[in-house]
Amino acid sequence: MSKEEKKLEIMKTALNLFAKNGFYNTTIADIAREMGMSVGNMYNYFPSKESLAKELLIYTSKLFGEELKKINEMDISSKEKIKKIVELYFKMAKEEPELVDYFMRVYLSNKEIFANGCEGMLCVSAFVTEIMIFFEEGVRRKELKNQDFFAAFGLFMGYLGGLVFLFREGILGKDIEEYTNSVSENIYNALKI
Amino acid sequence: MHSKSKVIWIDGVSCYGCSHSFYNYPEIKELLEKIELIYHPLLPSNEFKFQRCDILIIEGAIKNNFLRLDFDLIELISKLINLSKKIILIGTCSVYGGIFGEGVLFNKENKGKFFKYKDKIISIPGCPPHPEWIAYAIEMILNKKRLILDKENRPKEIFSYTSHMGCVRNEYFEWKIDAKNFGEKEGCLFYEQGCQGPYTHSSCNKILWNEVNSKPRAGTPCFGCTEKTFPKKNLFKTETFMGIPANIPLGVSKRAYLTLAGVAKSLKNERLERKLIDDSE
Ligand code: SF4
Ligand code: SF4
Repeated sequence: MSKEEKKLEIMKTALNLFAKNGFYNTTIADIAREMGMSVGNMYNYFPSKESLAKELLIYTSKLFGEELKKINEMDISSKEKIKKIVELYFKMAKEEPELVDYFMRVYLSNKEIFANGCEGMLCVSAFVTEIMIFFEEGVRRKELKNQDFFAAFGLFMGYLGGLVFLFREGILGKDIEEYTNSVSENIYNALKI
Repeated sequence: MHSKSKVIWIDGVSCYGCSHSFYNYPEIKELLEKIELIYHPLLPSNEFKFQRCDILIIEGAIKNNFLRLDFDLIELISKLINLSKKIILIGTCSVYGGIFGEGVLFNKENKGKFFKYKDKIISIPGCPPHPEWIAYAIEMILNKKRLILDKENRPKEIFSYTSHMGCVRNEYFEWKIDAKNFGEKEGCLFYEQGCQGPYTHSSCNKILWNEVNSKPRAGTPCFGCTEKTFPKKNLFKTETFMGIPANIPLGVSKRAYLTLAGVAKSLKNERLERKLIDDSE
């Protein structure tokens, strides 16, 4: 196994532990134990828990970013793209709930962990850049209303985040994927020209 | 001693801004002494008559059914082009159409009426063009030097630069710090104030105006006056799509530009956050 593959495996293990026990309650020793590695060896891969958390964030953002890029490059309307993005997000929430949990609970609620080297957009730039391209092209093609970026971004991502949160809390009456059509429709109606 | 090069300077539909810019060339006297100026609409010269010349300079746009020197403008230019060895188009009107409509070589984005004479044409766009650029083209021809031209026949020596290159606000551009008002020393004018410097071919920040300044240096956005798209509307406002500049610097992909911009915006250059000149120590 290459060093990169090993790192990825450690990140995935950590992801599960963070999601289960919370970021602060998880130690490097816990992650090492789960991996069957010595703590000393763990440090060969990540010098600190913070650096692991940071790389995990970059990894997640890239993962989302790459999927969004594929959607951006499709020759379809903004309306159809919105649906694809919603589908992607809800699918991720179901299939990789730890990843979505990590993004929402660790990144968004523990920003101080990322204060050093992950300021602003630094670690989430792959993801945010694709969202920007999606919006920019929608306006350029006269499909979406020209407005402030964050007003649109907040509406889109906040809405999706909110639903995933309800889903994870077990509050939604139906399966989250059953909301894809209505949620996509609402987002499109709110953003269209 | 060989005779001086014969030059005819003709005006199409023009505001004479191009001529006036040329008058500001510090060595205009010496330059005029090197040539035989057969005709110029404003400078002292003989009465116009058709004749062969070495350099034909055309200022201003073309237009159908427009009288100039008692001839139809299009016919006048056709005849003169055939009588001249080299042609210099001066000003954006003459090259692309600019303010007054249709250009000699191009009609905005499309080929113009005289495109077939491309091989002997040199384009010096600008509204107006810098006097040094005009003089450069004339001098190169007088000295029988080879001018390296781009696809639109502009000398690369002048137009392979962007007006962004050399602007004193480059650091603010790098760190994505906006100018909040016109005339301020601090900030870049790209994000809000409409500056077209990063995608405008010109050397305004290399060869300064009146040898002292340029628009963006002084705190006014570059209007893109050398380009075929000139004049655009809303020159003092950056066109944005969802807050993202509709036009990005030449040569970079949107994805790459946005990534870089996001990184720069996330970091801070504290020196540039402050006023350049204040009373503190
Ligand atoms: S290019 Fe500008 S300065 Fe020259 S004639 Fe046209 S409007 Fe006047
Ligand atoms: S003000 Fe214009 S020319 Fe100057 S750095 Fe900013 S974008 Fe470039």
